[in-house]
Amino acid sequence: MLVAATLAVIAAMALLLARAIMGPTLYDRVLAVNSFGTKTVLLLGFLGFVTGRPDFLDIALLYAMINFVGTIAILKFFRYRSFGVPLVASKNSAQGEE
Amino acid sequence: MADTSLFSPENLEAARVFVGSALALTGAVFSAAGSIGVLRFPDFYTRMHSASVTDTLGATLVLFGLMLIGGWSLVSFKLLCIWIFFMFTSPTASNAAANGAMKAGLEPFLGKWTGQKIKIEGQEALRAQEDRE
Repeated sequence: MLVAATLAVIAAMALLLARAIMGPTLYDRVLAVNSFGTKTVLLLGFLGFVTGRPDFLDIALLYAMINFVGTIAILKFFRYRSFGVPLVASKNSAQGEE
Repeated sequence: MADTSLFSPENLEAARVFVGSALALTGAVFSAAGSIGVLRFPDFYTRMHSASVTDTLGATLVLFGLMLIGGWSLVSFKLLCIWIFFMFTSPTASNAAANGAMKAGLEPFLGKWTGQKIKIEGQEALRAQEDRE
């Protein structure tokens, strides 16, 4: 049953990869990559239990954190075209960026 | 005497692993359904609905199922940490993606049942909000 679940997660990842490649807009790609990262965490957990060595969970925890930070960073880059802008911008700098 | 009982330790152990595997399989099926929705829905916002909702439910089911298999151990604690982290980050990332798309001017695709009226009103509301800011 765990093997079937692992295969289902792998199939879901393949579908998300297709959406990330052919997504019409940037945000479709961001959404697909974010969801792909979530599925990667689940797949790492499954792999640990299927192979009988649940040591991959540290990697899964780390991957969840990196996935979240990467998604937020990419969205910020899409909006401001820079990583250097503070997220809570003042009124003048926000209008200057627009 | 305890071996012939229905609630013997062996039976309870087998039931625990079975229920955990069933929960994990259910969560994986939810995740696959969400991915099919991401691939087939016509619009960014509908795709995001499919992805974010099934991410939360599927990850919860999978992680709790694996926790049942793991029992009381460090593995289950790590899975619990991953789940708590997901409960914070998954809605946040979805909200950030939707907010970014809305601010960038990506309009929702509206079908024949909603018509053009809602679209214009939503656009005007967005413009007014941007002016206020």
